[in-house]
Amino acid sequence: MNVNQSIPPVPPFGQPQPVYPGYHQSSYSGQSGSTAPAIPYGAYNGPVPAYQQTPPQGISRALPSSGAPPASTAQAACGQVAYGQFGQGDVQNGPSSTVQMQRLPGSQPFGSPLAPVGSQPAVLQPYGPPPTSTQVTAQLAGMQISGAVAPAPPSSGLGYGPPTSLASASGSFPNSGLYGSYPQGQASPISQAQGHPGIQTPQQSALSQASSFTPPASGGPRLPSMTGPLLPGQDFGGPSVSQPNHVSSPPPQALPPGTQMTGSLGPPPPMHSPQQPGYQPQQNGSFGSARGPQPNYGSPYPAAPTFGSQPGPPQPLPPKRLDPDAIPSPIQVIEDDRNNRGTEPFVTGVRGQVPPLVTTNFLVKDQGNASPRYIRCTSYNIPCTSDMAKQAQVPLAAVIKPLARLPPDEASPYVVDHGESGPLRCNRCKAYMCPFMQFIEGGRRFQCCFCSCINDVPPQYFQHLDHTGKRVDAYDRPELSLGSYEFLATVDYCKNNKFPSPPAFIFMIDVSYNAIRTGLVRLLCEELKSLLDFLPREGGAEESAIRVGFVTYNKVLHFYNVKSSLAQPQMMVVSDVADMFVPLLDGFLVNVSESRAVITSLLDQIPEMFADTRETETVFVPVIQAGMEALKAAECAGKLFLFHTSLPIAEAPGKLKNRDDRKLINTDKEKTLFQPQTGAYQTLAKECVAQGCCIDLFLFPNQYVDVATLSVVPQLTGGSVYKYACFQVENDQERFLSDLRRDVQKVVGFDAVMRVRTSTGIRAVDFFGAFYMSNTTDVELAGLDGDKTVTVEFKHDDRLNEESGALLQCALLYTSCAGQRRLRIHNLALNCCTQLADLYRNCETDTLINYMAKFAYRGVLNSPVKAVRDTLITQCAQILACYRKNCASPSSTGQLILPECMKLLPVYLNCVLKSDVLQPGAEVTTDDRAYVRQLVTSMDVAETNVFFYPRLLPLTKSPIESTTEPPAVRASEERLSNGDIYLLENGLNLFLWVGASVQQGVVQSLFSVSSFSQITSGLSVLPVLDNPLSKKVRGLIDSLRAQRSRYMKLIVVKQEDKLEMLFKHFLVEDKSLSGGASYVDFLCHMHKEIRQLLS
Amino acid sequence: MATYLEFIQQNEERDGVRFSWNVWPSSRLEATRMVVPLACLLTPLKERPDLPPVQYEPVLCSRPTCKAVLNPLCQVDYRAKLWACNFCFQRNQFPPAYGGISEVNQPAELMPQFSTIEYMIQRGAQSPLIFLYVVDTCLEEDDLQALKESLQMSLSLLPPDALVGLITFGRMVQVHELSCEGISKSYVFRGTKDLTAKQIQDMLGLTKPATPMQQARPAQPQEHPSVSSRFLQPVHKIDMNLTDLLGELQRDPWPVTQGKRPLRSTGVALSIAVGLLEGTFPNTGARIMLFTGGPPTQGPGMVVGDELKIPIRSWHDIEKDNARFMKKATKHYEMLANRTAANGHCIDIYACALDQTGLLEMKCCANLTGGYMVMGDSFNTSLFKQTFQRIFTKDFNGDFRMAFGATLDVKTSRELKIAGAIGPCVSLNVKGPCVSENELGVGGTSQWKICGLDPTSTLGIYFEVVNQHNAPIPQGGRGAIQFVTRYQHSSTQRRIRVTTIARNWADAQTQLRHIEAAFDQEAAAVLMARLGVFRAESEEGPDVLRWLDRQLIRLCQKFGQYNKEDPASFRLSDSFSLYPQFMFHLRRSPFLQVFNNSPDESSYYRHHFARQDLTQSLIMIQPILYSYSFHGPPEPVLLDSSSILADRILLMDTFFQIVIYLGETIAQWRKAGYQDMPEYENFKHLLQAPLDDAQEILQARFPMPRYINTEHGGSQARFLLSKVNPSQTHNNHYAWGQETGAPILTDDVSLQVFMDHLKKLAVSSAC
Repeated sequence: MNVNQSIPPVPPFGQPQPVYPGYHQSSYSGQSGSTAPAIPYGAYNGPVPAYQQTPPQGISRALPSSGAPPASTAQAACGQVAYGQFGQGDVQNGPSSTVQMQRLPGSQPFGSPLAPVGSQPAVLQPYGPPPTSTQVTAQLAGMQISGAVAPAPPSSGLGYGPPTSLASASGSFPNSGLYGSYPQGQASPISQAQGHPGIQTPQQSALSQASSFTPPASGGPRLPSMTGPLLPGQDFGGPSVSQPNHVSSPPPQALPPGTQMTGSLGPPPPMHSPQQPGYQPQQNGSFGSARGPQPNYGSPYPAAPTFGSQPGPPQPLPPKRLDPDAIPSPIQVIEDDRNNRGTEPFVTGVRGQVPPLVTTNFLVKDQGNASPRYIRCTSYNIPCTSDMAKQAQVPLAAVIKPLARLPPDEASPYVVDHGESGPLRCNRCKAYMCPFMQFIEGGRRFQCCFCSCINDVPPQYFQHLDHTGKRVDAYDRPELSLGSYEFLATVDYCKNNKFPSPPAFIFMIDVSYNAIRTGLVRLLCEELKSLLDFLPREGGAEESAIRVGFVTYNKVLHFYNVKSSLAQPQMMVVSDVADMFVPLLDGFLVNVSESRAVITSLLDQIPEMFADTRETETVFVPVIQAGMEALKAAECAGKLFLFHTSLPIAEAPGKLKNRDDRKLINTDKEKTLFQPQTGAYQTLAKECVAQGCCIDLFLFPNQYVDVATLSVVPQLTGGSVYKYACFQVENDQERFLSDLRRDVQKVVGFDAVMRVRTSTGIRAVDFFGAFYMSNTTDVELAGLDGDKTVTVEFKHDDRLNEESGALLQCALLYTSCAGQRRLRIHNLALNCCTQLADLYRNCETDTLINYMAKFAYRGVLNSPVKAVRDTLITQCAQILACYRKNCASPSSTGQLILPECMKLLPVYLNCVLKSDVLQPGAEVTTDDRAYVRQLVTSMDVAETNVFFYPRLLPLTKSPIESTTEPPAVRASEERLSNGDIYLLENGLNLFLWVGASVQQGVVQSLFSVSSFSQITSGLSVLPVLDNPLSKKVRGLIDSLRAQRSRYMKLIVVKQEDKLEMLFKHFLVEDKSLSGGASYVDFLCHMHKEIRQLLS
Repeated sequence: MATYLEFIQQNEERDGVRFSWNVWPSSRLEATRMVVPLACLLTPLKERPDLPPVQYEPVLCSRPTCKAVLNPLCQVDYRAKLWACNFCFQRNQFPPAYGGISEVNQPAELMPQFSTIEYMIQRGAQSPLIFLYVVDTCLEEDDLQALKESLQMSLSLLPPDALVGLITFGRMVQVHELSCEGISKSYVFRGTKDLTAKQIQDMLGLTKPATPMQQARPAQPQEHPSVSSRFLQPVHKIDMNLTDLLGELQRDPWPVTQGKRPLRSTGVALSIAVGLLEGTFPNTGARIMLFTGGPPTQGPGMVVGDELKIPIRSWHDIEKDNARFMKKATKHYEMLANRTAANGHCIDIYACALDQTGLLEMKCCANLTGGYMVMGDSFNTSLFKQTFQRIFTKDFNGDFRMAFGATLDVKTSRELKIAGAIGPCVSLNVKGPCVSENELGVGGTSQWKICGLDPTSTLGIYFEVVNQHNAPIPQGGRGAIQFVTRYQHSSTQRRIRVTTIARNWADAQTQLRHIEAAFDQEAAAVLMARLGVFRAESEEGPDVLRWLDRQLIRLCQKFGQYNKEDPASFRLSDSFSLYPQFMFHLRRSPFLQVFNNSPDESSYYRHHFARQDLTQSLIMIQPILYSYSFHGPPEPVLLDSSSILADRILLMDTFFQIVIYLGETIAQWRKAGYQDMPEYENFKHLLQAPLDDAQEILQARFPMPRYINTEHGGSQARFLLSKVNPSQTHNNHYAWGQETGAPILTDDVSLQVFMDHLKKLAVSSAC
């Protein structure tokens, strides 16, 4: 962590110590103040309240908007008080299960901010008590404080220095009676370390203060503050409040802002003991090594010496930890947003509004801007100049999901028909008519809102303006009043100036030995018979216009003529895979209902025909080529469903060799694992895109199949890849069939071109997602479904104007399932700012993470993974440092201050950094990484959110009758209680974790076995039992699955079982086996980076 | 002379051999001065109902370079059980089985009447006949329908155990798997890509990968046959299937836009057919039967592009070197033909279209493999239908009149060497002591392969006398030639037919009369014609004519009786008297004249000329003309314009065409309907007579001739007018007033003029 580096050659001591002591001891007070700021994390609610309350005390939280700044001021204001507040704040954040447990009273704190508040007081105590918390605070304090402590000028330098040995810390503790106790209690440095997690610090500080100062008081204030915060929301942006900014040390002052955490705590020593025990065990498990850095925090007196020497990680022993509960909690943020914004519809009429989080259920009312379901931006307030943007380093990106599915109570976009002349557009920039166009001269002309060109209004479109200059018919025309709508395209928008024919689906089935042996072919053929009745259809159409075709293949291809007039299907074998062609014209693509008899006969026969096959080799490129040629011959767009089992090693174009080499990991050549083996695949993909041929690939590998190469074509054609490793009908049937059904039935736009136009001043410069681009502006998608997302990055090329803001218009030209050519338009207006603070206040971290993950995942193709990770960290640090420098009120550098809107950035970023792609564990195969890499590339914000930070739901905590999803807990082992059962999901995987000491009754009612030991580990289906718990759990599982675009296979994991390793991989706040940092560690590291940047 | 005529006829009937000279000049020098080379027309499988095959194997000379078969000309020492080879003089022991041999107990092969004998070999696995249909689907609907019916019908004509296969082609080539239940399966190939035999076999799954073979060794025996015969199945097993399959055949579905020819992948289809058989049944009798309705327009072997505005090459284009696909295509088909020949298979081409179909390029497929070539206007004509049916006719034993995979081995006594052969054969490149360095036709070998032959297939075989002038042959010496033909009989047995002939030697200086008298002018005319056609195939037309003229003049100089520089004194003996006339007609024939013929037609005519027997060949050279009138019974008349009379009905047989021509008066009568009046029944009979005779010819001939029924002034009368000797033309009008004949509008010289020139040149000392 930073701490270590703490550079501060300075006598670590001084600084660190000061911190701690600061807290407790009066002398420190000053310092303590400083420490407080550190707390910022706890921030969250705490802080806010703190602020508010503080205001009085401190200065004004009134201060500037962002929580952070206030903090500083606060600090200035009054150290102690502040603390108290902080403490509270901390609590709230902190509420990690364990903590809660301990806290007893406070336990709830998790829940909502309010609750916490109330509880906080109580909580505080708990914290205090829990050595950890204290430690944390201490640590944080240490860290932050150290910095913060400016008090000791020296401190700043040292700031962290303390980091080092806990021991030292402990030593330091001595100062305060409490501390002293801690250290001991902590005995295990680890525990301390945990404590560290920046977050806690605040709490601690608070605690400390509380204890020392006026705990009660603090409590009081908090509550109010909490609530207050909501209001103040302005300041912070979100109700959640100031917390976001967690500042470290400059506690006292910080306090007021609430955000900060100070190392207060002097906390009730007593508490410690209890907590510690709890923690330690856990911590040990998870954190083991992690502490190293953390320790730093606790700036141990004795350590002083240490410091000097150990500044770095080396200080394993005495790690002190931030209190995990004190650092910003994703769960908390999500809960807050749900509570605050889930009830009111989100009305899009106002420019630059930040929408609710993706995790919140809300209704959208389109009043001129596209729904966040279609477009989400990293920031809704764009810096006016590129200099500002560069300074902030906040990527300006929009995540666009043009065909997003809407909930039933939101209307899908209206279709507008402008007749033969086609949609009305600006003559110069070709932007489409939208609500932002300005009608002038009595309605005879309009000025383009994108390029300012003045265009004549065609006579048939003329309409008078009302007194406000608005067209009288504005509300009758979707294109003048809505953010999203569709135009019917004219023939000019069609390929070859011909209206398209309805698209076709071609099923291409691997019938090599592997596919037959696993039963895949039989299963698939059986399923297709019924599935073909559910091809996507347009609106009210009675039957789908889509035609179907069938191909089977191993190392040769078999085409089938299933013309309705035939008595039996005809099979045509093409063995010339080197030079693929389609052997038949008529009868290959047929209407399902007309040819049903022949198709059924064919599907019956396919498994029989190949039942005795011994062919193990397969081809791949020729298969796609064949499908593409078939579509070309039929002059239509379409989709290929490819069911493939093995590495294509047969002699043919696109032949691959097994190049899987784990030795490359962490070398400069690692990137080759993500790159396709040959260029043949890209070339092919280009041809497919030109033909509007989209490929969905279902893989059933037993071993390495080189997903990196095979997925190139699906990726570039806007298709999907599904992977079922070691497919077995018994185990994977449901998942596969469910995915298949969904994939076949989903509505797709074909042969699409997307273009994003922007108003003058910014420009779309980079695109991420599953598509192909032949020039720099047009995103070409052979196929696009409602799950696919395109992330677009913008850059300035001129100055923006605060008044006019910035406009985006995303136009998607596509062919619908019925073969209708349409244009879908999404418009979005953003604010522009000259103050960085406005930028930071209007950011969306989830979107930011979506962008950063995609950016990083693309980066691994070209750069060593290490470099990619460093880039991410640096960028994140720069963003936060810029905030600290420009927006937060001045405070000690030892304090970590996060913008409210980005307080989850570190935790989420850490998740990205630890993801399989960027930091693979030993059990992660090259294919898995490539698979995930391409998957993430087209994920939307909600998907990346849960993918990187899985949801962990306790099942027995909430009353059985409750019908809502149980509140999630943070993804950390500490939060697991061995007496409970949890569901964990990340959009791809679903685990049911069973604690070792879960009640027998529960085991019985869920698994129908009598004891924990009899539960089959790795079970993938829960028995259907008629009892409330079983029903509820299964219902919950079903509802989780329904929320995701892919079927999540359930895996039952027992505590302490082998499979648990797999499960633990998803506890992303913990240190991972593959070396990923724990949240706390990472936060500390981030802090250090920021400090470095600031200095 | 009568004796010689009889002798010749008798020999032909017994041995199927006609020699140009039946007494041989005994020295090289003299032989070359004879102008017409020593050569023979051999019909290896001439039908001999009176010749039952013997059920044992031939006895061979033990000298490895000789291996001649024991024959009546050999000297036998019955006591010592030895025989002396009459070719190499090696003395051989009789095999043990001949232990009981004696003067009175001779094996058949030693009896003089068995100069031709057929042995039946019992050894070796017998494999069924194979018929692989290669069918063009780019046809008009009714054409395709007719073809489908013909093919379905043919299934009933095939021997039940014969294997059949089906390949269809259009833009793509489809190889149909015949044994599938519930689903019809075919392998499809792109029509534009040339594939090697190996690739084809790989793609058809005919080559088993090495490893699985080892693994599945126990199962292999059953597996193998099934693999190799997936595309070739016994007729009796799949005739229902195949009938259905043929019934379901659709026209090539790929759209053909206005102004384009359909894309037809004949080259690839043939290549795949060849590759398929090559991989599965090498050296087993098999026919690839190609049915095509137009020129190949894509891929290897394409003859013309698909743009209709660019017509297919004409002789004019070829002369101007303007036929851009010709060379490449020819090369492709030659390569295929050679491969096919090497495998002992043959390729038939049935091309029915109004325009050319690329026979010029494809001719080698039939020519080199002994396959048939049939050209017609449509598959929906009796010409095609009956011709096709006739392929499956049976002989007196109930066997098909076809044989496969024959090798012809020729052995000569040492005074002779083999110069070459002309016919539906390829060289096997067997050099030996009796192979001449001078080649005539396909030379440089003593063995040829004839992959497909029937009882009328005839080869011209050319020899060279090598005996030096200063090493005279003793009086009464005879030269001998043995023809050994090993072939697969249509009953699938292997058989060997051995013909051994001998002729007297004569000293040309002292016994020229003998030699002259033994000249077979018919055989000589055909043999020279074959040489001429062979040259024409490889050389320029005018040169061939000049060469032919020079040969004729030299012959006349050598054998004519005349006074120098006195054309009027020129006489030829009876045995030469017809020869110049043959040459006159040959010069005008489509075999040497390309004017008025498309390249395809020329190829077609030449193909048949090079394989028919002597009688048919003569008809081709000089068509036969019969005249019907009230003046008497039908009589053959001169092929001359003077034979075209108003009150006659003419019947002309050119082999390729049967023309019935009603004279002016007859035509008017018929128009007036006299034939329907009872009192003119005789007229009705007169009209009917040539029709009946024509039917007779039509019945017997393969391929079916084009049947033309025309009358004076009819447009089709041109077929007659172009053939007759233009003794009266618009240039010698004076004849018009005379009673006979009709003028021909041509600048061609008449026979009279030709003869006058010939005489003049023959007696001239200048040349």
